[in-house]
Amino acid sequence: MPPVSLSARARRRRAAARGGPARTAPAPLLIPALVAIAFLVLPLAGLLIRAPWSSLGPALASADATQALELSLWTATTATAISLVIGVPLAWLLARTRFPGQRLLRALVTLPLVLPPVVGGVALLLAFGPTGFLGRYLSSWFGLTIPFTPAAVVMAETFVAMPFLIITVEGALRSSDQGFEEAAATLGARRMTVFRRVTVPLVAPSLGAGAVLCWARALGEFGATITFAGSFPGRTETMPIAVYYALETDPDAAIALSLVLLLVSVVVLVSLRDRWLRGGSAA
Amino acid sequence: MTDAGPAGLVVDAEVSRGSFTLRVAFAAAPGRVLGVLGPNGAGKSTLLHVLAGLTPVDRGRVELAGQVLDDAAGGAFVTAAGRPVGFVFQDYRLFPHLTVADNVAFGPRARGAGRHEARRTADHWLDRLGLADLAGRKPGQLSGGQAQRVALARALAGRQGLLLLDEPLSALDAGTRLDVQAELRRHLADFPGPCLLVTHDPLEALVLADELLVLEDGRIVQQGQPAQVARQPATQYVARLVGLNLYEGVADDSGVSLSGGGRLTRGGPGPRGDVLVAVRPSAIAVSSEPQPEADCGCAWPARVTGLTLLAERVRLSLDGQPAALADVTPEAVAELSLSPGRTVWLAVRPADLEIYPRPDRRHQ
Repeated sequence: MPPVSLSARARRRRAAARGGPARTAPAPLLIPALVAIAFLVLPLAGLLIRAPWSSLGPALASADATQALELSLWTATTATAISLVIGVPLAWLLARTRFPGQRLLRALVTLPLVLPPVVGGVALLLAFGPTGFLGRYLSSWFGLTIPFTPAAVVMAETFVAMPFLIITVEGALRSSDQGFEEAAATLGARRMTVFRRVTVPLVAPSLGAGAVLCWARALGEFGATITFAGSFPGRTETMPIAVYYALETDPDAAIALSLVLLLVSVVVLVSLRDRWLRGGSAA
Repeated sequence: MTDAGPAGLVVDAEVSRGSFTLRVAFAAAPGRVLGVLGPNGAGKSTLLHVLAGLTPVDRGRVELAGQVLDDAAGGAFVTAAGRPVGFVFQDYRLFPHLTVADNVAFGPRARGAGRHEARRTADHWLDRLGLADLAGRKPGQLSGGQAQRVALARALAGRQGLLLLDEPLSALDAGTRLDVQAELRRHLADFPGPCLLVTHDPLEALVLADELLVLEDGRIVQQGQPAQVARQPATQYVARLVGLNLYEGVADDSGVSLSGGGRLTRGGPGPRGDVLVAVRPSAIAVSSEPQPEADCGCAWPARVTGLTLLAERVRLSLDGQPAALADVTPEAVAELSLSPGRTVWLAVRPADLEIYPRPDRRHQ
């Protein structure tokens, strides 16, 4: 090949990049990568450009929007709390014990991650609906009807979001040093004391990250919620559902609500930056 | 075997892990430090785990101060949390999220003491180990020597009946090690119960232990006073640790026929039959010509295979019948123009042979 001309600056740059990431890319890789960037970023930019900045306040202050926001916040928080109470023990069980069928159980627990949420909603409806195999007894014994109530919203969100918490915490438990737990046992700590005073504090960062992830997923839940809980304003109409309906009747309100969800997502991402945004080595 | 006494530890246990089996029977007396010496994979850590209750025995039993801790036949098992055992881990395992004081108070708290009582106990031990100033620090802010002392304080704070130390000094740099070693010796002397100290450093074992137990491949190959183990090693591993040549052979009236070939002439009466012969490398004379037999008792040719510079001597590795390690001065290396491949003559005075019966290992 004939030599190419290389300026002094380009030479320095090449020397500095030696062994590290390159500063240039061949066109067959660069062009598709740029298309991908445009595809991911432009719609969000469009949201910001199209936003009715002047009427943002009134749009968000409307009764419907406030109700949806309130409902979303408390249901997502409750779903996260429930996930912590029942999901962390399950994560411990998966990481720290051995029993037959464990692999199958782990697969089942992870299933809602890949399952279309609407299928989850249908499943919940079939289980807890008035004619469902569980709902039937809830109804006849306790007079409880779950579908299309705020409780159904919480259940749908928990169903979809809890696996995020479980797999995060289970991974942390697996990689955490069990030597500390052994040391605690030799110091006289029973298993629950070990769990409370050693295991949980040592995985606290992952516990926090898992909870944030779980909360964010619960907040954005749409498919399972609308299937199992419906969309009654003030009762079961969460933010994403409100956005979906507002788009037809009041686009400005839809954009305003979308901006709020976008803002929340950015905050979540920033809070997880050490775990998810560190290039390459992030686990 | 030591008489364990009423507060002693009595172990007769077998544990299998995959293809490895640890089978040991020994006793440890209260107030004494039993050094457990052995190569990597000999089962030293497994033994400590068994005593701490982290691994149940497959067969046999463990008894401390008359209390059964583990009995495979009877089915009794006291869990780690229920045993009066303090454990100092090789990597210390100080809880990184707790302060030094909370680490030391962890044991008393876990065993049911109130917050204030546990803190008082912790303060007492921190004081005793000279750690009072560090009470508020996190383990990440401690030096290696400090962390070692905190680990010891934490293990002692439960008023234990048995203390286990797994290579307590191995994580320290050479300079700190000597200081901490002297200090550790003092604290171990104060401990009323039996104490097991696992190490692979023979010097550490000689300095810290009242008695030695050598583990190899899951079996006890030697147990005795440190001085005796150092003088009459039972296996090649121990001989290497204490820096001796060790030969197996059959002794008759005039000498010992070595099982690897060669013969050493003996000086006087002593054991007959299967014996071990230990020879200090410095007792082996190296010369370029064979010395007259009458002078030295025996001499044999050997080829130099390696030279290592020690502090003021050069250690030669020699291949012959028998093979040997011999220490010479650097001047001798020059005078005899010693280098790998050179053949020299070795000789050892009969008085320098330590001849003793070969221990029967089958009784373990």
